[in-house]
Amino acid sequence: MAGGESIVRTGASAITARGWGWRHAGRRAPAVQGLDLDIRAGERVLLLGASGAGKSTLLHGIAGVLGGDEDGESIGELLVDGRRPSAGRGRSGLVLQDPDAQVVMARVGDDVAFGLENLAVPRDDIWPRVRRALAAVGLDLPLEHSTAELSGGQRQRLALAGVLAMRPGLILLDEPTANLDPEGVRDVRDAVAAVADETGATLVVIEHRVSVWLPVVDRVVVLDRAGSGGVLADGAPAEVLASRRTELLDGGVWLPDELPWQPPAPAHGASALLTGAALSIGRTPSLPVREHIQLTADAGRILAIAGPNGVGKSTLALTMAGLLPPLGGTLEASDALAAGLRPQPSKWRSRDLLARIGTVFQNPEHQFLTGSVRAELEVGPRALKLSERERRERVDELLTALRLEHLAGANPFTLSGGEKRRLSVATAIATRPRLLVLDEPTFGQDATTWRELAKLLVGLRDDGVGIVAVTHDEAFVEAVADRRFDLGDALPAHASTPAGEGAA
Amino acid sequence: MSIASVRPGLPLAAVNPVAKVAATVPLSIVLILTLDVVSASVAIVCELLVFSLIGLGGLLWSPRTLPVWIAAPLTGISMVLYGSPSGEVLWDFGVIHVTEGSVQIGVATTVRVIAIALPAVVLFLTIDPTDLADGLAQTLKLPARFVLGALAALRLVGSAVDDWRTLNLARRARGIGDTGMIRRTLGQAFSLLVLSIRRGGILATAMEARGFGAEGARTWARPAHFGGTEWIVIGVGCLTAAFSATVAVLTGSWNVIWS
Repeated sequence: MAGGESIVRTGASAITARGWGWRHAGRRAPAVQGLDLDIRAGERVLLLGASGAGKSTLLHGIAGVLGGDEDGESIGELLVDGRRPSAGRGRSGLVLQDPDAQVVMARVGDDVAFGLENLAVPRDDIWPRVRRALAAVGLDLPLEHSTAELSGGQRQRLALAGVLAMRPGLILLDEPTANLDPEGVRDVRDAVAAVADETGATLVVIEHRVSVWLPVVDRVVVLDRAGSGGVLADGAPAEVLASRRTELLDGGVWLPDELPWQPPAPAHGASALLTGAALSIGRTPSLPVREHIQLTADAGRILAIAGPNGVGKSTLALTMAGLLPPLGGTLEASDALAAGLRPQPSKWRSRDLLARIGTVFQNPEHQFLTGSVRAELEVGPRALKLSERERRERVDELLTALRLEHLAGANPFTLSGGEKRRLSVATAIATRPRLLVLDEPTFGQDATTWRELAKLLVGLRDDGVGIVAVTHDEAFVEAVADRRFDLGDALPAHASTPAGEGAA
Repeated sequence: MSIASVRPGLPLAAVNPVAKVAATVPLSIVLILTLDVVSASVAIVCELLVFSLIGLGGLLWSPRTLPVWIAAPLTGISMVLYGSPSGEVLWDFGVIHVTEGSVQIGVATTVRVIAIALPAVVLFLTIDPTDLADGLAQTLKLPARFVLGALAALRLVGSAVDDWRTLNLARRARGIGDTGMIRRTLGQAFSLLVLSIRRGGILATAMEARGFGAEGARTWARPAHFGGTEWIVIGVGCLTAAFSATVAVLTGSWNVIWS
């Protein structure tokens, strides 16, 4: 295009896989094998498949970042524009799931420029390209703006801008919106769509929630289960989604307008467990992030705490869980919850929390303490000094209920995302708390894990446990929660707003 | 959160960090060579004057230089108590011999620590890590992979601080927060290591995906100038060192440590 005003690159990239496979070093089974796939230049592909089908491995392979011989073993052939992907680094741009971990530099402009420097673009050309890339993703910030102060959605758009500035022929997105609030999801999706329209670059996206990307893609490829080799379905989105419905549902894909599970209404009446009045919350005493919060968590009810990124939802959860002291106002446990202790949960001993309030952290890895799944589940019951027989019973019951038996001896850190999430919930309920506080329990999970978690939480609710869940997940708020509490001023405080596009 | 954030409006913020580091070297060498009160005291006076004149007086007296003012007398006191005895004995208690000589050494040590650490701390507060990396790679031609890798790692320190806090809360939630402080801290340190390695791995992949580590030359978006201002900064550093040494020699207090 004329005048250098566009971010168009000379050509889109084509991908060819012939009998391609990859086995990570130290794993017996290959993550992908026997894959035959052709993606033509300029196509926009949504890549689907069950957890463990090797979607990420394929995407990293195409991006040329799987590494060398010490990282794993490559079989067959995978070519981008007829060359090995690692040879054409810079021809493809990869955006990963975790918005925090991809920021390289301290300032917005420098971060976008990073890739251009590596491609040895002359300095005079770098800054105009940086500005255009930032404009293309709609990130209207000064170049000196600190990257530490960006929201999750802004960080993902920054990562996208960093990739776009390199003018790749191929844009690869690995669940780029999984950790974003509904607004962030739409921002990033729209930015990608605008860029794909303008550049004509080939686009490959991995995402469980199909509805987010359906307006953007023109082809759906479904990978078969690991090791079985190859492609389960391939074609126009509407066709594939209609003809492969059962397999996709089994594989944990969120089909549009499909709720994985519709729970029944609460079985019992509610009674207050924990009440906050004029509550101020914050992680440091001098810096309250929210004030004047009024809310009650009831036994036998699921309370969803919603609101955009950064309003202090996690801080509220940690405060309600008795882990952070309130900075003002009161937070009082009912007699049923306190069970003989004073009413302020933040003043209870760590061990006293176990049978009263259980907490599931946003990142399961923060709460793992031991080297095996079984030992992990025993931590709480052991701290409660339960007898060995009782410990064993509880742990076995949870292993079965959460389909973790075959992993009892595995290291928690080696589990898949869905398995880690199930384990972290299991560790919190092993001590049978009266109140369970969860931070983003269903976020970024595929439909299968979502359904299991929803069933589990509704089951606990009907046993009379009170549940507080901080969540961005509109589907969860709509279908599973009994009440919604909006912490952000920006959102209306009444119940049930229309579901976001990331949901349902 | 980020560490070492710099207010870009500070005087000297635009000067190549390599020059700022280099400017402190001559004085450090002089003050390591001699052990006397005069040279270091003259240096401190010069430093206070220079920093105040160029508008860094605020930083000089900010809480961030407090560690220097605390650490220096502590070092001095240990020299007073345990330094090699000479001259009249003022106080004797077991292995502690306070003598005229050791008091002199203690005072000299205190002012030397201040004279060396104060400019280092003040100048470092004006250095943005990104600019330092640019300077190290472009001015000193250190390998880009090494410099940028270290810079990226520095950004992860902030996440590690947040992780540590969360790990702490998670231990309380898991019912093991009441006892066994030492063992718990060790376990927590291990968890932090695992989390940091994972984060580092993702960052490395993201950097690689953007062409980092590829063969061949790379360009630099931000030029690292090394011109007149930089030479003036280094010159002022040299002058301070020379002046301190001269005054010490003229007053007869120059006292080379191996003599």
